[in-house]
Amino acid sequence: MGLFKDDVSGQGLLTDGIEGIEHNILTGRLEDLVNWSRARSMWPATFGLACCAIEMMATGAGHYDMARYGMEVFRASPRQADLMIVAGRVSQKMAPVLRTIYDQMMEPKWVISMGVCASSGGMFNNYAIVQGVDQVVPVDVYAPGCPPGPETLLHAIFTLHASIEDGELLRRRAETGAGAGIEVAQRDGQVPVLIGRS
Amino acid sequence: MSDDATDVAVDEAEDTEAAPSVELLYGVPVAEAFGQRVLFPDLDGYIELLAELREQGFGQVVDLCVVDYLQHERTDLPATVGGERFEIVVNLISHARRERIRVRVQAADGVEVPSLFDLYPGTEAMEREAFDMFGTVFSDHPDMSRILMPEEWSGHPLRKDYEIGRIPVQFKGAPSQG
Amino acid sequence: MTIADKPSTTDAPIAQESSGFVGTDDRVRSRDSAVLRMSEAEVGELSLDPTHELGESKMLINMGPSHPSTHGVLRLMLELEGETVLRSKPVIGYLHTGMEKTGEQLTYLQGCTNVTRMDYASPLFTELAFSLAVESLLDMDIPERATWIRMMMCELNRMASHLLFMATNGMDLGAVSMMIYGWREREPLLRFFEKVTGLRMNHNYIRPGGVAADLPDGWQDDLVEYLDAVEERLEEYDILMTGQPIWRERLQGVGVLNEAECLALGVTGPLLRASGSSWDLRRDMPYLVYDQVDFDVLVGSYGDSFDRYAIRLNEIRESMRIVRQCIERMPSGDYRAQDKKVTPPPRARIDESMEALIHHFKIFTEGYKVPAGEAYAAVESPRGELGVYIVSDGSSTPYRMHVRAPSFVNLQALPHLMENGLLADAVAVISSVDPIMGEVDR
Repeated sequence: MGLFKDDVSGQGLLTDGIEGIEHNILTGRLEDLVNWSRARSMWPATFGLACCAIEMMATGAGHYDMARYGMEVFRASPRQADLMIVAGRVSQKMAPVLRTIYDQMMEPKWVISMGVCASSGGMFNNYAIVQGVDQVVPVDVYAPGCPPGPETLLHAIFTLHASIEDGELLRRRAETGAGAGIEVAQRDGQVPVLIGRS
Repeated sequence: MSDDATDVAVDEAEDTEAAPSVELLYGVPVAEAFGQRVLFPDLDGYIELLAELREQGFGQVVDLCVVDYLQHERTDLPATVGGERFEIVVNLISHARRERIRVRVQAADGVEVPSLFDLYPGTEAMEREAFDMFGTVFSDHPDMSRILMPEEWSGHPLRKDYEIGRIPVQFKGAPSQG
Repeated sequence: MTIADKPSTTDAPIAQESSGFVGTDDRVRSRDSAVLRMSEAEVGELSLDPTHELGESKMLINMGPSHPSTHGVLRLMLELEGETVLRSKPVIGYLHTGMEKTGEQLTYLQGCTNVTRMDYASPLFTELAFSLAVESLLDMDIPERATWIRMMMCELNRMASHLLFMATNGMDLGAVSMMIYGWREREPLLRFFEKVTGLRMNHNYIRPGGVAADLPDGWQDDLVEYLDAVEERLEEYDILMTGQPIWRERLQGVGVLNEAECLALGVTGPLLRASGSSWDLRRDMPYLVYDQVDFDVLVGSYGDSFDRYAIRLNEIRESMRIVRQCIERMPSGDYRAQDKKVTPPPRARIDESMEALIHHFKIFTEGYKVPAGEAYAAVESPRGELGVYIVSDGSSTPYRMHVRAPSFVNLQALPHLMENGLLADAVAVISSVDPIMGEVDR
């Protein structure tokens, strides 16, 4: 069954115009389609830091199988990734590296802060640990737990998918230029690249 | 910790006993802590003692760390050993004798401690960590630099007078985030 | 691979003559060795300068700290000539958590929550070493059942850790299906841990005085079923990897370290055993009740990456042997010492007794005081000798807590293992050292 009446080559559209198309048509907003495809093929950057990274890998492995959501491809290059899962405690020494990697990711990009150490410093309130990765990059979803089990991480991912699909995040970003209410200034004087409603 | 080895060691210790007040082993005061012998050389005799221990079959330094005794009045030192602020603790193991031995050296703040690198190259990272965390400088070390903290960090976090508290994020070479 | 359980000689003059192939340690003793002893700033400057002093054919490159095959946040500075690694330096500290400082603020009761987060692939071992050190300071006896539970849980944890190694090692070398299989086998173990300890990782299960909870009903059946399944699957690993030509080509002869070099560098664990040295704390300096169970210490004959892989694979089998013996011989009794000083009262007593409630409150708010002194306790973790050194000043928090992390020391061997190897082999080498960065940086 083709899109076009009795004609798989698309000639009907050319000869008859829009009337040449008869059925199997869905109409919708382009934005929904874009958001849907973004949510369904989100590639995470490999950014395992500590204990949570082990659970993140477990989520990607056979039993929990993140491939079901089009997310099995952990990209080593941040330029190919859409999602940064900050899995573990962020040290003072790692924070600049983390920021560099975030800056290297292409827009649109999202961040999940996995585990209490990434979210708030957790039990390590000391000289070495950044008290919450949202001081360094804007965070979209926080996953609680120490470490969060694969189910919690999956839930965080679903939450993110839902907010991407309803466009909430991009609307907020278009208004404020930021993620979770945090000012994002790019390095080297670049302005943030905003995609979405203007 | 095999019993035989400990017995032999105790005999040796009795043989070499010289000073009436303190028990000596390899010429330095020795004490016992939970089945492991602890030697207390002074800083000048530190390298000679370690060289002697290496000859005696303690082929591996498993651990080297520093303790900052700033706020702790010690009572466990042998009578002839004067406590200083820092103490370098070296744990050695002899596979052949199945025995551990610990060396505790006193070092005042700012005093350089000779590096064990030439005797035990495995202490390189441990001494760098001790330098990073306590500021203890090891002389003749091939690469005396910070290992855990960023290179431009100031202060030595595990010193007792270093605050544990939270520190704002430092960015290397990035414009300030405002 | 040979299996050795010959007793080591007790009267040999120096350890280097005990067993295995010895070789010399000259290359690790040299100050002009494969270690690239430069600061990050120096390397940064040199690598930007095309006419640098090292010569035109040499190149300085950076690998990590965010790199898929550096096991977390390890960073390497490499000096290359073509594809050959000449010198290198591991740069660590990207996961430095200040746990030794935090450990000085936490009471001995809370201490385990801190140390368990160091080596997150085998958390029970850090808890065990910490507990053993505190117990020797307290001079307390542990009930027999608690000791056996500790030993069994640790061996299960060793299996989990080595299975994780199988998975990551496979992944690093392109055997991606091995990664899926490794996780598949690890998952039921994590579920068992969750059943026993309440958490999949970071258990805080082994505590000074015993363990946090008794084993749940039916634990024997769970384990027997699991062990039977894994036994078959380990055979499949052998088919998939051990005998497979590609796998052998990637690993054999790659990253060789001899026994003298291992001893000089302080290297312990599977790396040391791969070099032919038959040294395992479980057998040679028994703690817990390892002297009452039957197992073999595995040693390699070449000291290469393949030996390290094979040793870990077969250590899973040895751990299974120990676990089976634990299932058979698990004594009954208490799972923690009934020492009022360190053990909180049972939950039911708190409801009916005011004293128990106060006791419970005091133990969890103030902790318990530990006599002044210093103690070092070591266990054989999946990565080598894991030691905890505690200095107590008589209060309820450690005055100083230092952890001798096996990965931290083993990492020093990396430049020597990678020397004159290909860059692609560097990945195999890092993987075969199996560093856990949480433990390296603490």
